[in-house]
Amino acid sequence: MRGFILKYFDLIRVLLSISIGLTLAFIIMFLVSDNPLLSIRSLLIGPLASRSRLSFIFETATPLIFCGLAASIPFQAKQFWVGAEGALYFGGTLGTAFALLTRFPSGLHHFLLLAFVFIVGMFVGLIPALLKTRLKINEFVTSLMFNFILYYSGLYIINFHFRDQAAGYLVSNAIPKTVLLAQFIPRTRIHLGIIFALIAAFLVYIFLFHTKWGYEIRMVGANLSFAKYGGINVKRVILYSIVLGGALAAMGGMIEVMGIHGRFNWQASPGYGWNGIMAAIIAGNHPLLIIVTSLFISYLITGAQIVNLVTDIPAEMVTVIQAIIILLVTSQAFLEFWRHRLIVKEAAKDGSSS
Amino acid sequence: MNPILEVKDIVKVYPNGVVANRGVSLKVEPGTIHALVGENGAGKSTLMKIVFGLERPDEGEIYFKGKKVKIFDSHEAIKLGIGMVHQHLMLAPDLTVAENLFLGIEPRKGVFLDIKKTLKSAEDASKYYSLSVPSRLKIKDLPIGVQQRVEILKALVREVELLILDEPTSILTPQETEVLFETLKGLKKIGKTIVFISHKLKEVKAVADLVTVMRDGKVVATQMVENTTEKDMAYLMVGRDLSFEKVEQSLKVGESSLIVKDLSYMNLERRPVLNKINFELKKGEILGIAGIEGNGQTELAEIITGLRTSSYGEIIFKGDNILGHLPRKIREKGVAHIPEDRMKHGAALDISTQENLIVDRYQKKPFSNILFLNWKNINQYAKELIKSFSIATPNAHARVGSLSGGNIQRVVVARELSSSPELIIADQPTMGIDVSATDTVHRLLIEFRNKGAAILLISADLEEVLKLSTRILVIYSGEIVGEFVNTPDLNGKDLGPYMLGIKKKEVM
Repeated sequence: MRGFILKYFDLIRVLLSISIGLTLAFIIMFLVSDNPLLSIRSLLIGPLASRSRLSFIFETATPLIFCGLAASIPFQAKQFWVGAEGALYFGGTLGTAFALLTRFPSGLHHFLLLAFVFIVGMFVGLIPALLKTRLKINEFVTSLMFNFILYYSGLYIINFHFRDQAAGYLVSNAIPKTVLLAQFIPRTRIHLGIIFALIAAFLVYIFLFHTKWGYEIRMVGANLSFAKYGGINVKRVILYSIVLGGALAAMGGMIEVMGIHGRFNWQASPGYGWNGIMAAIIAGNHPLLIIVTSLFISYLITGAQIVNLVTDIPAEMVTVIQAIIILLVTSQAFLEFWRHRLIVKEAAKDGSSS
Repeated sequence: MNPILEVKDIVKVYPNGVVANRGVSLKVEPGTIHALVGENGAGKSTLMKIVFGLERPDEGEIYFKGKKVKIFDSHEAIKLGIGMVHQHLMLAPDLTVAENLFLGIEPRKGVFLDIKKTLKSAEDASKYYSLSVPSRLKIKDLPIGVQQRVEILKALVREVELLILDEPTSILTPQETEVLFETLKGLKKIGKTIVFISHKLKEVKAVADLVTVMRDGKVVATQMVENTTEKDMAYLMVGRDLSFEKVEQSLKVGESSLIVKDLSYMNLERRPVLNKINFELKKGEILGIAGIEGNGQTELAEIITGLRTSSYGEIIFKGDNILGHLPRKIREKGVAHIPEDRMKHGAALDISTQENLIVDRYQKKPFSNILFLNWKNINQYAKELIKSFSIATPNAHARVGSLSGGNIQRVVVARELSSSPELIIADQPTMGIDVSATDTVHRLLIEFRNKGAAILLISADLEEVLKLSTRILVIYSGEIVGEFVNTPDLNGKDLGPYMLGIKKKEVM
């Protein structure tokens, strides 16, 4: 039993964190809601109650998976790059521009568009990466600040160059049919993007754990001095880990435009980048687990919106839950005393047996 | 007689999961010098830190003078009468000896310190314990051996009865060590009890009355020193016999392999760390660099292997000046590096053993092709290395951090020596590892020497340098101050004055 707990300690810790997060949320709901049971039911069961709600979980998970993957690659190299939100937004903007300005047959158009967005994302990642490797400027600060630069630049491009004058609010013109992604399940908006996301997760998994570059990234993350000592070009690794992060987040943004709205309609930054970072952290930066955690966060978001509609609890409730979970998952000391006791007991047993 | 100190069933697990003590019990008789020996990582320092209140035991009891005590910090330990001198001295370098001695318990005159009385008390104490210290001088101006004496006196003026010394000789030259031993014997005469932590058995034999041997967090035996030999103690420490003799010299010293010319290096604070170093290393030769830690040895190793940049001079290996080349390029020329700090450079603790073993060769066949790693081959290879270097690990997937210090070093050595190197930079290759791992490392270095590799052995452990080297250079304050051919009768006392910078030979 003790051995079992020690072996799966990290998993148990995450599950416990989630339970505690939910429990605290329930307590708050009991305190503030007039009808707490309805709120809790809406939060937990609501998202599963209809086809459109289930669909919403998968739709929302699609960009989350991309952003989670985008965060996981630099995180594996212990580079705290948080530029997924900006890259997603800017990828969506420039991708929309590309889609509106070019004419190709469907298929080829998809491919060229996504390739273009991928490159855009790479450049978005390249700036903080270069600042880090050349001038030792902290990537956290630059990538965080770049989110704002990219957001306002994107807003400017759409507003002044590609705005749909006929629409009553700020959206771009509809992108051509040749770049739309098919919504393949009847009476839902689940589109091919989810398939792309799953493929991307698998590819990132292969990349991180089965290629030479993934090995380099993980070694830099595990011990930078060791990687350098072993002959790994640490600066190059930092550079491409962040560049790939930017590319994946940008793809996620454009795929959302191509699959759901058919036009660029984010007046505000949608927040997928931040939720993606959370998905990556809860998953311990493992690409395949990011699929699971993205679906989970997406489920919480869906639940929150239902709660918001049918009860007196605001949707922000879910951010409280998320915050508690992240806090517990990332706090090194949480449950550490328990693990410590277990090891002490094992040691005492070992000492008395000899 | 009743023991002055008794510990019972102490268990200590560090937060990172390392188990340091697994149920340790020990009795120390008053008025004796009690040696606590064991390989590094055996748990002896941890045990004494618990007694001194620096670490809390997870389980177990401590009795001092027959009374059960709970010691939560070092103040309490001192109040009880327990003092400790650490391996790394804890003195204020900018204060005088007298001020250090009475730090926190200064004689006062109103709100002011009574400097005259402080000085007087310092001199009285110095006389009383016959420990001569220059009470007016600042600590930073004193040699290490004298600083250590101040540290001992500092404990004594606090009227401790039990004094713990944690590897006191690791920072001393042979001459200073002798003086220390005289001091300890003197203290015993006036009734103090001393616990002396060491892994050097010769010293135990020279100074201690009783010896307790620890291995792997447990007490193996406690014996009278006069009834035991170094060999017996070593046997208890590792479970088999070990040799202490100098190895026979290599017969085929060949042409030159590495030439270092006028190598100078300044650190970030613009302090010169290396000053015009010159030497030549030949194939089939072990060149020992002796010196007290922190005299530029590690920097020298890191510059040769490309980890440290912006130095001046030339490093010629295989006809090329490799100074400033990237680490990978230097490695690919046939240079292996056993780094001083295996936790920092030598291994990634959170990563599996097999991934640690391929960090310098993952990009080559058969470990990977143009894109992918070949895990099957990597695992196979790791298994072979684990077997041939007898690394004690449950399997190739086990986290390196879960292994003992000696086995982590075996992982490092296995990787470095399996790349068929022509030049091996061994920086403190056996520091802090157990005796059997030390033995393995020594055997391998000799094996490679005999195969014609050139080996630069940097070590603060004089015994090691004397045991293995063909020639010995002494480094002091970033300069080579002496060169010796390692004849059978060369011993530590010949090198001591050079290591202290007292003597300097105009070599080269």
